[in-house]
Amino acid sequence: MSTPLLEMRNISIHFGGIKAVDDVSIDVMPGEVVGLLGHNGAGKSTLIKILSGAYKKDAGEIYVDGKKVEINNPIDAREHNIETIYQTLALSDNLDAASNLFLGREITTKFGLLDDTAMEAESRKIMARLNPNFQRFSEPVRSLSGGQRQSVAIARAVYFNARILIMDEPTAALGVHETAMVADLIKELKAQGLGIFLISHDTREMMDLCDRVSVMKNGQLIGTERVEDVTEDDILSMIIMGKNPKKAA
Amino acid sequence: MSGGLGNLIKTLQIDTRLLGMIGAFIVISLVFHVTTGGTFLTPRNLFTLTLQTASVAVMATGMVFVIVTRNIDLSIGSMLGIIGMLMGVIQVQILPDYLGFGHPSIWLITVAIGLLLGALIGGFQGWLIGYLTIPSFIVTLGGLLIWRGGAWWVSKGTTISPLDPNFVMLGGASGTIGVTASWALAVVGSILTIIFLINTRRKHIDHGFAVKPVWAEYALGAILVGAISGITAIMNAYLVPTRILERRFAAEGLEMPEGYTEAYGFPISVLIVLFVAIAMTIVAKKTRFGRYIFAMGGNPDAAELSGIDTRWLTVKVFALMGALTAIAAVIASARLGSAGSSLGELDELRVIAAAVIGGTALAGGVGTIYGAILGALIMQALVSGMGMVGVDSPLQNMIVGGVLILAVWIDIIYRRKTGDA
Repeated sequence: MSTPLLEMRNISIHFGGIKAVDDVSIDVMPGEVVGLLGHNGAGKSTLIKILSGAYKKDAGEIYVDGKKVEINNPIDAREHNIETIYQTLALSDNLDAASNLFLGREITTKFGLLDDTAMEAESRKIMARLNPNFQRFSEPVRSLSGGQRQSVAIARAVYFNARILIMDEPTAALGVHETAMVADLIKELKAQGLGIFLISHDTREMMDLCDRVSVMKNGQLIGTERVEDVTEDDILSMIIMGKNPKKAA
Repeated sequence: MSGGLGNLIKTLQIDTRLLGMIGAFIVISLVFHVTTGGTFLTPRNLFTLTLQTASVAVMATGMVFVIVTRNIDLSIGSMLGIIGMLMGVIQVQILPDYLGFGHPSIWLITVAIGLLLGALIGGFQGWLIGYLTIPSFIVTLGGLLIWRGGAWWVSKGTTISPLDPNFVMLGGASGTIGVTASWALAVVGSILTIIFLINTRRKHIDHGFAVKPVWAEYALGAILVGAISGITAIMNAYLVPTRILERRFAAEGLEMPEGYTEAYGFPISVLIVLFVAIAMTIVAKKTRFGRYIFAMGGNPDAAELSGIDTRWLTVKVFALMGALTAIAAVIASARLGSAGSSLGELDELRVIAAAVIGGTALAGGVGTIYGAILGALIMQALVSGMGMVGVDSPLQNMIVGGVLILAVWIDIIYRRKTGDA
């Protein structure tokens, strides 16, 4: 078996007395979409926040291309080409699209000053690919629609040559048309060889987009299955009962 | 007509808030000009007005950053007091013993120590706020009491004077650069403005962005150069009173020639404000530090997820506020020629009011440097105008308070209308 692009092994984290993530292992291969499913509070978002550097794990290891890496903050994660699209989008509403896209990784002139024109030009290029209708580059993102804001967040993740992409509820706030656009994008990025972790509540959507799904409950991993090996009902019962019907059988 | 004007403003890409503030300043000036019987809009009064505004204006630029990051600094008036007092002690009681009275390096050493003190005090408060997560309101409220008490403690309630003669030039009418240098500065400023406009246009064309029509660029350039020349002309129109000139000639043992006149030109303190304003605008718009300040104000979580160290950023913002307060302390004590223990009292409120009148939102994320400076100027115009008209000082305070609330209300309506929440 080939080496996973990314592997999280035996990850645990607790807040006070609560084990938010308890000895969970997941991985993703190049060109694969792995879905994370579970109720609110199951630990999905906490798990991926460890990967994106927002939280520090208490135990466990992370491997990129089979090599052990340390991720202690968002900068570490970015250095390993791990990019995240947060459920909240994590945009600064008072800044324009380009400032958000390049936040923390600004393009500067030879004098070390911000090169806004260059950043806007780059933003226009990536947006032309992701959302050709997007034209409002000089306005604060607060005045944009949900879909436009989403495309800014996606552009930020995709622009910097992500190899591992984490998408936390990328379609939760979107209309039908925009949801379809995100689905197309996921397929395109997958074809380019990215490894994608996708979090969603929509089991139907997950069955369509994912190669494998990992189900979590109360901070623990219930199981990881290839989507073609299970039915939607199997997954639902894993989410609700916290039992893997295939293993029980 | 209003549609045509609206289009004109849009084509020129002038900030309507800026226009509104300039409009407010003009209205206030005209009202006082009439009610004082024509003494408000004179070179002499405008010169004095800029001198009086300088110290608050310098601090207001720093307060913009503090408020944009969703913090507040109530300690700056007291900080100004203790830094002014310590600089007074250094230049009057310590340095002359080693260097001799009036030694040319006294002011330089004093100012350097003052800046360092300001950055340290501010940085320490920022550390309490950023790393120990004590709310800035509490930390700086404590600072307000602590530093004011410290100023009394240093001076035992006395006033330190006279300050070093070179130091005094940094704050008052005794430190002006004269007519020729003022015009030279205006020419340099105009040339730099035009170069900036040309460069911006060229860059936009290079990247294929839309640009203003050429006539709009010319109009904008003409307005800016006109403003620079106009302000310079006003500063150069205020003549030094004859008796001061006579005294100066007498001091050198000379007879003053008949009909000799001399104008003040730009005061050094006003040039300091200009320099601070330009530097702070560049920091706000063109540096990572400034970008992160606004990002943190807009969404602290997003800033952290983008790898920005918001705790260290808080320390830096408050250290900068402290350094600017030290500059304000130099200007304020130099203007008075003395350092008293009540120096800077209530300045924190004037500075916060200036920033807020200038469009800085207390919710964070929004604010401009030029707005804060104009806010300071509007406040000072109100206060001095009322003083000239003979309004009692309690009534002055009531009116300024009312204007502050009114200005913020207008700002809220403006934001709602423009969708600039």
